[in-house]
Amino acid sequence: MGGKLFKNFSFFSATLSFFILVGIFSILFSYAQDSLHEFGFDFLGSEVWEADEDDEELGVFGGYIPLVGTMLSTVIAMVIATPLAMGIAIFLTEIAHKTLIKPVSIAIELLAAIPSIIYGMWGLFYFAPIMQSAFGGNGVGLLTAGVVLAIMIIPFMAAITRDSMNTVPDVLKESAYAMGATKFEVIKDVIMPYSKGGIIGSIILALGRALGETMAVAFLIGSVMQIPNKVTDATTSIPVLLANNFSEAEGLEMSSMYYLALILFVVSFAIISIAKFYFLGKKVK
Amino acid sequence: MTFSKLLTTALVATVTLTATNADELKGRGASFPGPVYKAWTADYFKATKNQINYTPTGSGDGIKSITKRMVDFAGSDKPLKPKALKKKKLFMFPAVVGSIVLAYNIDGVKDGELKLSRAAVAAIFSGKATNWDDEVIAKENKDLKLPHEPITIAVRADKSGTTFNFTYFLNQLDDSFKVSKKPTWTAPKVVAGKSNSGVSANIQQIKNSIGYIEYSFKEKLGLPAAQVENKEGKFINPTLESFQDAAKYAEWTADQDFYAVIGDPKGETSYPIVAATFILLPTEKVDTNKKVTKFFDWAFANGDKSASDLGYVPLPKETKDAIRKYWETKGIK
Repeated sequence: MGGKLFKNFSFFSATLSFFILVGIFSILFSYAQDSLHEFGFDFLGSEVWEADEDDEELGVFGGYIPLVGTMLSTVIAMVIATPLAMGIAIFLTEIAHKTLIKPVSIAIELLAAIPSIIYGMWGLFYFAPIMQSAFGGNGVGLLTAGVVLAIMIIPFMAAITRDSMNTVPDVLKESAYAMGATKFEVIKDVIMPYSKGGIIGSIILALGRALGETMAVAFLIGSVMQIPNKVTDATTSIPVLLANNFSEAEGLEMSSMYYLALILFVVSFAIISIAKFYFLGKKVK
Repeated sequence: MTFSKLLTTALVATVTLTATNADELKGRGASFPGPVYKAWTADYFKATKNQINYTPTGSGDGIKSITKRMVDFAGSDKPLKPKALKKKKLFMFPAVVGSIVLAYNIDGVKDGELKLSRAAVAAIFSGKATNWDDEVIAKENKDLKLPHEPITIAVRADKSGTTFNFTYFLNQLDDSFKVSKKPTWTAPKVVAGKSNSGVSANIQQIKNSIGYIEYSFKEKLGLPAAQVENKEGKFINPTLESFQDAAKYAEWTADQDFYAVIGDPKGETSYPIVAATFILLPTEKVDTNKKVTKFFDWAFANGDKSASDLGYVPLPKETKDAIRKYWETKGIK
């Protein structure tokens, strides 16, 4: 009796998450209909975002700027975070002394636990002025957002990469050393190829997180509807635009924001599926 | 016996409690008057034990939620035209006057030292003047050392009644500015922040920036703000007195549901960037409307001091009387 109950309960929980996923997708899709009909795929290339002054139900909306802003801030974050995270993982698995491994691991895991609003505030009040004196510009802008995003995703990447590097069998490493390989050669030719799946998986998962980050980026990207000419220019991203405009939007603008949300949903979903099914899955086999 | 008695008492108590709670009035909308409404509702509760809940979510949200009848009353910094009011079946009246200051962050320039002519304000926010030592700004500030640095303007990222009232003022200076809750800014260096606090934070952080914020934020954060040239060509510091002088010139009439944007008023001593904030009521809900007007009647009579303390300007007496009369003619007093 109890066993059956438990079985039903866990089955229910499992299917529930599936239905929530499908439910969210269909809501986004149906609410985005007005905008999809009005603008179609031109939406992706249009730079205007202006509600009509007389009738707030109408207006012209395009998603090009937030799309570009999202991609650029993510690219900056990935370029900075990937080598650093790899370094951390290699240090923790191969180089660090036993007494160091634990404190560094804990520090990294704590970094992952900090809520994004804290990164946003720290970034705006402390980090942005530093960026301004170093690179010019306004302090807030694409580069500052990208760098803080990098700091936010490093722990994820480092932790997953470390775990996958830890799965390299000692026999392989020891044989390489026995052949006279240096530490660098072991890392390059044994550990990296063996844990490739996990490393790529961690990069893609971090990418998914960087794409959807809202609060910290909203503080730091400047929230201006413009194509950035320099890396220090202010621009906007999809989640930031949604967060800033949701409470006030009506009609077509609201529908256009659902359209943007749908784009973000599909992109993140695709990225995480690729990571899960292709790279992380391979490692298990 | 005693137990069931206890249960009954508890039940009665719960019912009465829920009943009083159900009596509370709910409002939301404009964040500009948020602090003063909060003070008024708290004092009103102390005086009358009537609970009024106001959530400052933004003017647009206020209009939306009162149109859908989700709340008992709404606040909006943007007055609705009589035609729109009719369509949405709403009453409207002003509640309090506030002001918008131009706060800046320039090394060595203290509060009230920077003088901005009407031409300078227009040039800065249109992007025609890109550096602080531009001729149009420097002309009025011969005694200040303005840096040869680019100007960053700090604006709102969200749609806002504050922006609406500020662009209304800009439009009076130069009609190429569009009056809008969220315009497209043409200046080269723009940084947007969410709500007054976001814009204030940007001004504090970014050197050589200038932005428009509500007066109470300037006071709270101690930001330096500029003297602005008014309609009569006088440079006026943003102070409660100069706001009061400005409010006198507002032309409100009950037959238009008090529709008026009061920015850029006449008067030699008027601070030019002032704004009224409005209350919206659903026409068909007579009973709750009476409770709302009772609250505002009380606030008009007893709330002037707390409003001035917070940096707002109470409505002139004649306007308050006109509003009371408006309530009577609409049968909601």
